[in-house]
Amino acid sequence: MKDEELYFWNGPLPETQAPSPAPAPEPWGETKVVGKPVVRIDAYDRVSGSATYPSDVILPDMLHAAILSCPHAHALVKTVDTSAAEKMPGVKAILKDGVVGTNIPWFSGRGGFTSRLFDPHCRYEGDEVAVVAADSIYQAWDAVRAIKVEYDVRPQVTSVADALKPGAPAVRDGGNAIPPGQPYARGDVEAGFKAADVVLEHTFTTPFELQNAMELHGCVAKWDGPRLTIWESTQGVYGVQGGAARALDIPLANIRVIGHYMGGGFGAKLSHGKYTVMAALLAKKTGRPVRLFLSREQVCLSMGNRPGNTITLKAGVKKDGTLVALQSKTVGSGGAYSDGGTGSVDFVIRELYACPNVRCENQSVYINAGPERPFRAPGHPQGAWALEIMLDALAAKIGMDPIALRLKNITLVSQTRNGNPPYTSTGFSDCLKNGAEAFGWAQARARTPAPSHIKRGVGVAGGIWQGGGGSPPSTAIVKLFADGSANLNMGASDIGTGTKTWGVQIVAEELGVPMDRISVEHADTGTTQFATPSGGSKTVPTESPAIRSAALDVKQQLFAMAAEQLKLPAADLELRGAEVVSKTDATKKVGLGQIQAFGRRGLLVGIGYRVPNPPGKVTNPFGAQFAEVEVNTKTGEIKVVRFLAAHDSGRIMNAKMFQNQVSGGITMGIGFGLTEDRVMDRAQLGKLLTVNLHDYKMPTALDAPADKTVLVVDPRDNAFSNTGAKGVGEPATIPTAPAIANAVFHATGLRLTDAPMSPARVLTAIAGQKPAPAGQKGRE
Amino acid sequence: MDHENKDKPAAAAGGVSRRGFITSVGSGAIGVAAAGALVHGAPPQAQAEAVKAGDVSTVTLTVNGRRQKMLVEARWSLLYVLRDHLGLTGTKVGCERGECGACTVLIDGQARYACMTLAVEADGHEITTVEGLMTGEELGPTQRAFAEEDAFQCGYCTPGQVMAAESLLRANPSPDLDQIRQGMAGNICRCGTYAHIFKAVAKAADLKRQGR
Repeated sequence: MKDEELYFWNGPLPETQAPSPAPAPEPWGETKVVGKPVVRIDAYDRVSGSATYPSDVILPDMLHAAILSCPHAHALVKTVDTSAAEKMPGVKAILKDGVVGTNIPWFSGRGGFTSRLFDPHCRYEGDEVAVVAADSIYQAWDAVRAIKVEYDVRPQVTSVADALKPGAPAVRDGGNAIPPGQPYARGDVEAGFKAADVVLEHTFTTPFELQNAMELHGCVAKWDGPRLTIWESTQGVYGVQGGAARALDIPLANIRVIGHYMGGGFGAKLSHGKYTVMAALLAKKTGRPVRLFLSREQVCLSMGNRPGNTITLKAGVKKDGTLVALQSKTVGSGGAYSDGGTGSVDFVIRELYACPNVRCENQSVYINAGPERPFRAPGHPQGAWALEIMLDALAAKIGMDPIALRLKNITLVSQTRNGNPPYTSTGFSDCLKNGAEAFGWAQARARTPAPSHIKRGVGVAGGIWQGGGGSPPSTAIVKLFADGSANLNMGASDIGTGTKTWGVQIVAEELGVPMDRISVEHADTGTTQFATPSGGSKTVPTESPAIRSAALDVKQQLFAMAAEQLKLPAADLELRGAEVVSKTDATKKVGLGQIQAFGRRGLLVGIGYRVPNPPGKVTNPFGAQFAEVEVNTKTGEIKVVRFLAAHDSGRIMNAKMFQNQVSGGITMGIGFGLTEDRVMDRAQLGKLLTVNLHDYKMPTALDAPADKTVLVVDPRDNAFSNTGAKGVGEPATIPTAPAIANAVFHATGLRLTDAPMSPARVLTAIAGQKPAPAGQKGRE
Repeated sequence: MDHENKDKPAAAAGGVSRRGFITSVGSGAIGVAAAGALVHGAPPQAQAEAVKAGDVSTVTLTVNGRRQKMLVEARWSLLYVLRDHLGLTGTKVGCERGECGACTVLIDGQARYACMTLAVEADGHEITTVEGLMTGEELGPTQRAFAEEDAFQCGYCTPGQVMAAESLLRANPSPDLDQIRQGMAGNICRCGTYAHIFKAVAKAADLKRQGR
């Protein structure tokens, strides 16, 4: 008896799988499953209530925690008296500055060490002061309210303009103005303006926006000896694992982060939060699992924002529409800790249109407000707001159609990257042309307005997203079971974009296995492969090639086994249900259960890696959006009547989900353009006034048009990956607001440059006055 | 399911009367209004025995057809009781102040925010959560329509959206687009899937009319 036979007496002996080389597949032609409008594989879970989100996790003996936030915009914590709180019913642990184990350095954004877990220097309203764990959440909040804190309240500054004034209160050592990097420059901007027939200059402002995903930020933490498990509402389990390991100084291997479902992120949940570390510390201290989720108010205060910007844009154009010069100056703030207040704002300005002379300057400042976190296409909607309204104004000035002006300045190369590499594909001109035709642009522009106080108009805007081409690292695994069913194993989170569903579609496409015979294991650092967080519109372009490669790997192994048994070349074989069949002679086939080598193996494991995109080229998604609006000139209300979006995101994975995601991006863009605005009490206490979902107005069912059309422009880009799929999540929200603004101009002749275009601003503009700029400048 | 309070002494008579008083404020009352009325209209001795945290009283909630007798604190929201005591986590937490609609449930067939409803207010009433729309493992027609029309992305607001739609369709079996908008106006979807939600509600109306 061989040694192995001691353990395996039932069936053939197992073999260890040898690694196989990564196949280099042909591009897809027409597909059977990929791209089709199939219903999500987890739709049942999400509509039945059975999907367990991190905030739904209930563990035996679990404690509930709540955070005490600083109520002041700027204060030093002098004393924190927890003596009364500690004696309250149900209270099990309180952490604050000075408690052993809490002196943990904190790193904000891409910068280095900036503060501590409980930093006595509170630089914005919402900074964490203490945290309580109790038997019930009511008891935890009771105790939070019973903690007595003595603050030394300091002068505060919450507007960008105020922060730059001489003598402004200093948010951080070293002053509020963050030393800007070198301005971006190409060509000679002054010469460009001299050569131009028309030069226009406008100052644009954009609102600070709050991500406000529906599920609150938070997690559940549980220790098993040295091993920590965290269920967190996150866009990336590996990001949370890394952040928690660094803060807690424990091995990555001992932290398992699970994020099977999550209720939205929009960039704000790309990494862990202080709450992650606090929950883990409380769970350690009490020996019990701890659930810690922030309140909605705390999310508004401290869980990120899209920086508001003031962008002064000067543009020069020739009479024939040739763009000759662009110059932008942007100021903004990422709050008290982030230096990213103007991050990526100028990318759209310098990249989207062919223009030989460009100069962009950026000035970011610190203010006493919550730190920014990435928000769906960081910087891009702001840049597009300025550039795309400017294009509309230039077109009007030279008497050219706005689409014709854009088509005149299409570029096939990236002007901002070193060496001006070509795009692997750009469908931008097709987005404009096909979109215009489907929208009925020419007819709508030619319409004679009816005499009414309700004015109707149409507008267009374009966009590009800096990311969206995907990159390593990513590893995916596809397992094939003996009955022909399969499992997809990947680390990526499904943040509502249908990641699991299109992953399964790819496996079904390649293996020929029906989708209902494919299961998914994902977003779990304990059981799935490394993946970067789902953000940057890169989940499809990054993960889809790895998934396809994994499926091809498993297929190659299977066909090699079947070919040997059938005495046929592997290239002649295909998988049909649970049989491997000859493509040329359907009578030659073998059931999976009859492939002896497969039987000995028990399970086939295919591994796919994301290989780099080719050098010397860049990949970006493009889009053009068309809005039709009604402007009520008596009330100042803008109603978005219909919308058409034409997007080049390469090959799409699922027509239904693609349409939904673009439609959702438009809704979010409507918020940017019409309703959303973080307002601070700038002149007095520096407190956040829009601290809930009533005062911070996100679009509702009354604000979003029912009439939305989504047009797919697929240039069949096979140059950068084996799936040819670019991203769409962020591109979908970049051109929306300027398209609305341009439609408002077409309807009324009002050139609005401040977002959101509130009824008050519209009426002010109608009255012939420049409306008050966004929150960072005004609101006294 | 009321295991944690089962062995504690029953609430004092005063507790019951306080509960009765709050309930009598009316099913439309929210917490603040109830508290205001308590101070305003109650006799002096009732004011003297203010409800304290930790004081419990007995309520009977009929949740998805099942009667649940339990001890609750006067301040507990129905949302908290559903999720943390009955384990019905299909009903979601979004704001806890009646703004987002993620916690929408049916009380006697009408959409209500569970976060703005005290458990004691719900005493004696019929509550339906998203789990209660199922027949065994089968989705109800409104749930099916949301799934087929892809009327969600992250899905966190979805149970609330489904319950709002269910309430709308029970009151109005054939709503037009404007009526659908109005019926769904109390539920925020940050993923912005409203256009798909409108289609799903119309489809759910069709499915219900066909008795499917």
